[in-house]
Amino acid sequence: VPAFAVVKAAGGRPDVATSALSMLKLGDVPEPVLPARDWVRVMPSVSGICGSDLAAISGHISLYLDPLTSYPFVPGHEVVGVLDDGARVVIEPALGCVVRGIDPLCPRCAEGRPGLCYNVTAGPIDVGLQTGYCADTGGGWGEVLVAHPSQVHVVPDSLSDEAAVLIEPFACCIHAALRGGATKDDVVVVSGAGTIGLLTVAAVRLFTPPKRLLAIAKHPTQRDLARKLGADQVVAPSEAYQRIRFATAARRLDGMNRPLLLGGADVTFECVGRADSLNDAVRFTREGGTVVAVGMPGEEKVDWAPIWQRELTVTGAYAYGSEPKRKGRKTFDLALEAAAELPLEELTGPLFGLADYRDAIAYAMTAGRLGAVKVAFDLRGLRA
Amino acid sequence: MPRPGAVIEVDRNTPPVLFHFGEGIRLEKLPLGARIVYPPDPLEPIAHPERAIRRALAKPLEDDPLKSLLRRGMKLTIAFDDLSLPLPPMAAPDVRQLVMEEVIDMAAEAGIEDVHIIAALGLHRRMTDDELRHIVGDRIFSTFHPDRLYQHDGEDPENNVYVGKTAQGEEVTLNRRAAESDLVIYVNLTLVPMDGGHKSMSTGLASFRSIRAHHNAKTLLASRSYMNPPDSALHHSCIRQGQLIEDTVRVFHIETTVNNHAFPAIANFMQKRETDWTAQDQAMFLATKQMTDLAPPAFKRNVFHAMRAPYGLTAVNAGQVDAVHDKTLEAVRKQLNVQVEGQTDIVTLGVPYLGPYNVNAPMNPILVVCMGLGYLFNFYRNQPVLRKGGVLILTHPCRYEFDAVQHPSYIDYYDEVLADTTDPIEIEAKYEIRFAEDPWFRQLYRKSHAYHGIHPHYAWIWAAHAMQHAGDVIFVGGDRDVVHRLGFKAATTLEDAFEMAEQTVGRYPSVTHLRTPPIMLCEVE
Repeated sequence: VPAFAVVKAAGGRPDVATSALSMLKLGDVPEPVLPARDWVRVMPSVSGICGSDLAAISGHISLYLDPLTSYPFVPGHEVVGVLDDGARVVIEPALGCVVRGIDPLCPRCAEGRPGLCYNVTAGPIDVGLQTGYCADTGGGWGEVLVAHPSQVHVVPDSLSDEAAVLIEPFACCIHAALRGGATKDDVVVVSGAGTIGLLTVAAVRLFTPPKRLLAIAKHPTQRDLARKLGADQVVAPSEAYQRIRFATAARRLDGMNRPLLLGGADVTFECVGRADSLNDAVRFTREGGTVVAVGMPGEEKVDWAPIWQRELTVTGAYAYGSEPKRKGRKTFDLALEAAAELPLEELTGPLFGLADYRDAIAYAMTAGRLGAVKVAFDLRGLRA
Repeated sequence: MPRPGAVIEVDRNTPPVLFHFGEGIRLEKLPLGARIVYPPDPLEPIAHPERAIRRALAKPLEDDPLKSLLRRGMKLTIAFDDLSLPLPPMAAPDVRQLVMEEVIDMAAEAGIEDVHIIAALGLHRRMTDDELRHIVGDRIFSTFHPDRLYQHDGEDPENNVYVGKTAQGEEVTLNRRAAESDLVIYVNLTLVPMDGGHKSMSTGLASFRSIRAHHNAKTLLASRSYMNPPDSALHHSCIRQGQLIEDTVRVFHIETTVNNHAFPAIANFMQKRETDWTAQDQAMFLATKQMTDLAPPAFKRNVFHAMRAPYGLTAVNAGQVDAVHDKTLEAVRKQLNVQVEGQTDIVTLGVPYLGPYNVNAPMNPILVVCMGLGYLFNFYRNQPVLRKGGVLILTHPCRYEFDAVQHPSYIDYYDEVLADTTDPIEIEAKYEIRFAEDPWFRQLYRKSHAYHGIHPHYAWIWAAHAMQHAGDVIFVGGDRDVVHRLGFKAATTLEDAFEMAEQTVGRYPSVTHLRTPPIMLCEVE
């Protein structure tokens, strides 16, 4: 708690967030124990730094997640690694009933939604929604983690480690796209063009192709990648209302604080998770439209009046599982298949060694501005 | 005796010449041997405008005296041109006010009670009350506004009627009140030869449905130029529509012309040739230059847009539209014509702060093109001053600056359409209907003070002929990104522009500078 308070008080500055006063430490810890005989050891090769990791490190994370986490934990849930038998795998981090060996399954796990599991405090492992937030499993930012067989997915040889490290966030985005349920007649907006935003663009384009897909991106590299991944149009945040209005032939009213559209996007994927972006999303999504919160939000101040008055459907999209709109197929399998069509390697880099974690975190915190998308740790050297 | 326009050859003694530069001005040295074309001096205005107006109404051309057309119980509509001309707006009283007051007095004498006055703004923006009052004067405004003095709405489904189709298939619609009137009196002010005649009714009181018949890239490309109606496909189309309108409703046309006294005393140096500048003119130039170099754009704009031109009435004719318009064109040419011998490799032009569509607003990049490559380039008869494949050099800062109230659709046109293509024909095929029918643009045109959604396209195609004709277009001093978005080249200085132009027209090109405004019409032999 004191470390969290120090970092939060410093506004999440990278030098403080990775300092001796912070919650993040680099050191030797005992290797996680296999909780059951069928569990396996995974040696991470490349492990991504996720927005949620940064939020946790910088003190921006919602305290809602605190009781759903056990401490201390090794972060890292975007992981490509190898098993003891040498198989290359990616980890599906959700720690639901199946992983925890709980039978019967809770209703959500029975639906194939382990991200919504009721039993994240039960079973042979400690509390935790995901690998990387659980004290017993280890995480991707370590040399070894443990995983239930249901969590490991073999990576095809055609997919490099740099591409495979994005399978986990890509699965999140596919899940979000399917939850958004855009149709071919819809105008869809993806707000934000970090990893989640860009992969959502790709997911929407591949799984629910709309009439027009607009991406809101701030930085030049993000703009280029958004186009490459399937956006019909990429707009700067400052021109979002103007461009969405034109794309949807809506009416625009300029209020005292920010504009609103009468009409607007049919479906908006909010991939930033900050107040500004959320408040815009609920004002440029059409009446009766859908806003999907994909980017992990914190405790943000959002004006609920548009949600109320426009009768918006605001829905979260967390994690993955089985997709009813894809005949119950696992989201990870869909992601692994679809990844072959995408230039995912272009999103990954630079890679840092664990010893350079301070530089890595600082870089990741300003990735967009520095022309990067997915900053990750390269642990292959440790294994050698 | 006012001097006619002149063509001066630049020699060692020629002083630097004035270039307009948006809300700024600059003096530029032109290469030796270059030509400078100056507009004629303002013609002497008619000493007693009211008398001239009364005379015109009493002795109309190929029509009966207005008095004889007016009878008690009739439905009378007076339509008049909007604020898009003259430029700058005329110092009060506007000649349209003088004409309308005369007409209304005559109508009152005849005992006519059902009189409506309609601003024939076509697809232009609605004027503010103050702008409207400035044109019609206090007396008319306070008597008729808002019930019987109002502005045409080309998107009002109830108040536009379909008149029919011309032999060429051009659809014609007309303001319902005008169509159902016993008599329509059109009060026009013609500043340039493009204005007036049948174009007044067929655009001013029409809707998109009929205006698109001639406001399209194909017609504009076949209008060489639209400043010379006999050579203008645009005008031929308007005439066909106008004849259909004349078959539908009785029209009495009144046209006025003014001289080219465009600048008030404070900006007299803009009106005069540089060789004629007095010490006071030079001081005013320096003061203006200093102010425009240092002041923020909004301040400069306010200063410039507050200017009122001391135009003087040079002709007023009334009667049958064709007969009237012939006389009007004669009067306009008398004021504007300058004989220019032969074409030239390079034409230079300073684009001023004001065009027909940005009264009280910044001149956005599309309007800069409309003004420079549209209006100013097209001020010719016979052939353009610029030879085919020559280089047009314009000076303007070309800032990314739009008035969200007046020009909302221009923003999207610039950001979306011009990012896609600058080809007028392609744009028309892909975007015409989308812009014309966008419900938000429609609403802003009808209820706010916005130009119609399609208007930026019209501004763009106004330059289609110049785009096709010129081998290259270079903007001096323009924002590089904006100029590139417009499809042109950017140069920092005029010298750089000349150097760039050599790649297109070779070394030692002939150069002509059109020192405008005040406006002029080059009669190119």
